[in-house]
This record gives sequence, structure tokens and C-alpha cells, in this order.
Amino acid sequence: MTPRQRRWIFLAAVAGLAAFYLWGLRGLPGFGNYPGPYGDIINRIAVAQTKATGVVSAVNFEYRGFDTVGEEFILFVAATGMAVVLRRLRGERERDRQDPTADLTVPPASDAVRLVALIFTGPVVVMGWFLASHAQTSPSGGFQGGVVLASAFFLIYLSGQFLLFRRISPVDLTEAVEAVGAGGFAAVGVSAVAMGLPYLKNFLPLGTTPGAVSSSGTIALISFFVGLEVAAAFVLIVGELVDQTLLIRQGDR
Amino acid sequence: MHIVPFMVVVWILAVGLYGIVTSCHLVHLIMCLIVVQSSTYVLLLGVGYKTGAVAPYFYDIPVHTPAVDPVVQALALTDVVVEAAVTALLLALAIQAQKRFGTLDPQELVQLKG
Repeated sequence: MTPRQRRWIFLAAVAGLAAFYLWGLRGLPGFGNYPGPYGDIINRIAVAQTKATGVVSAVNFEYRGFDTVGEEFILFVAATGMAVVLRRLRGERERDRQDPTADLTVPPASDAVRLVALIFTGPVVVMGWFLASHAQTSPSGGFQGGVVLASAFFLIYLSGQFLLFRRISPVDLTEAVEAVGAGGFAAVGVSAVAMGLPYLKNFLPLGTTPGAVSSSGTIALISFFVGLEVAAAFVLIVGELVDQTLLIRQGDR
Repeated sequence: MHIVPFMVVVWILAVGLYGIVTSCHLVHLIMCLIVVQSSTYVLLLGVGYKTGAVAPYFYDIPVHTPAVDPVVQALALTDVVVEAAVTALLLALAIQAQKRFGTLDPQELVQLKG
């Protein structure tokens, strides 16, 4: 098929899609006229029921908790899948990390990049933990916090310190942290079952003040585990890609 | 009826699909897939929006303030995570395709398969 034919078939298909979409829009309430009722109900009862003022987190880690377990394991499986796809293949060798003659330096980062990376690493770690630990109060949570936390490691890599990046995030340790994060979430759910409650039922004391960091029971706990899992998964994913560039070489030596 | 946000959705979707169809580089194709998926964020958030409502966070506002639907926001969050995971996996596959076949052009890859 020539690119031209391909383009015409695409245009015909997209015209059909647009027609169906417009037809479907006629039956939808217009933008800004949210019909409810689920969102309205949850907004009304969530704060009283969970003592969490961040209703999105309450939905994620409490009402839809079971779905979020699955979502978290998508990330887990993707990180595992990357490790499998990017393993050392036949006909490739891995360069020795300790070999002083091996050229493990990335093209040198400019002083400006190194300075910015250095300045931001600490604050980014604090920011990540803050986000991961405040799911119950404000627009944050384990997913966001985990990604921010992982970017602290990327800043270290960005400043040209590949060996340091690997020393502070060894693959074994990162994998262990990821497993603890993913398993911890599931374990919170199973603990509820062990107490004779439904899976992922909030079994911890909820506290009395909505919006306090210590309130909302398992929401905060799950958010913490999700933060661990997400941070470790992203460090693992980026680490795999970096290894590909720097360590894996063609030929059997 | 106010439908501009929903038109934006289909526009982003179509632009991304166009990129996928005409792509001649796997990394470009993966980026286009991200664009396609971005349209779902706009759709989800657009569906849950209520005119004049605030974000569903009641830390410093009364509980009965009208707020937008938190369920679709949670879904959008799911969406972002899945997108990141899928993208990472696809990029890994692209690396292996480059290694094995020496090209990232989808057209050439098809021809190599025979």
C-alpha cells in the first residue's frame, strides 16, 4: 500500500468516526452540565465517611481501591516486561561496571545542567514524600509522589553521574522496593479479609479531624505503598533504558 | 449546547491517529500513540465538569460546595499511569527492533518480515 492510498483510507475512516462522534454527542449532556449522580453523592459523603478531604484519593484508594490494585500491578508488570524485553540477548555482552577503561560517562553535562540538578535533587525528594504522604488532604497521592520521587534519581543521572545513579539505585534494591510497594497494597487488602472484613475495607482508625495527615485510615497507608511502588518502577524502567545505552554492547567480547 | 471541549477531544484523537498512520519511525509512532491517549484525559475531565464547580478537595472549603465529579478524575489518574507503563514497554520493544532489524521504519519492518 502506498502512503497516498493509506492517507485516503485514513481520511475516509476518520470522517466516519467524526460523523458517529457528532451523532453520539447529541445524546450527551453539554459541557458543564454534569448529570450525576455518582460524583455528587461521593462528594457529599466521602469526607464524613473517610475523613479524607481529598476526594479523588478517597475514590482511588477506598471506593475504587480494588481497581487501583489492578492499576498498580499494570505498572508492576510493565516494569517487569521491560526487564525481560531488554535483557542481554545472545550475541551481546554487558560491560563490566567496575572496568575503569569502560567509557561509562554520558556525554558531559553542561555546568548549568549539573548545577540545576544538584540544587533540585534535595527539594524534589522532599516534594515527592510530601505528595505521597498527603493523599488524604490535598491534590496529591502515591502515584504523583512516586513519579516526583523517581525524578530525583533522574536528576542525579542527568548531572552525568551514571555510576552514582547505579550506586544509589542498585537493581536488586529497586526491585525489592517495588515488590514491597506492590505487595504492601495487596497486603493491606488481605489484612482486612483476615479481620473478617471485605477486601480493602478501611480497618484503621479514621481519626476525627477531616484533613489531618493522620486521618483517613488505610488511604494514607495505601498511598504510601503506591508511592514506593511507582518510584521504584520508574527508577527501574529508566535504569533499564540507561543500561541499554551504556552497558550493553554487540559482540561476545 | 456547549461542545467545544468534546470537539477538542476528537481533534486530538484524529491528529494522533494521522500521525500513527503516516509515521515512518517507531519512536514517532509511539509519541503519536501518547497523543491519541491524551484525548481520553480531555474527554474524562470534560464529562465530569460542572459549570462553576470547584475541584473535589474540601480541605479549606465547606463540604457542600459544588464540586466536579471525582470519579472521572480518579480515572484520568489511572489513565496517566497506564500510558506511562505502556509507553515504556513500547520503547523497549522499539530498541529491540532497532537492534534486530537495523531499522525503525514500520514500512521496512513489514517488508523484512516478508
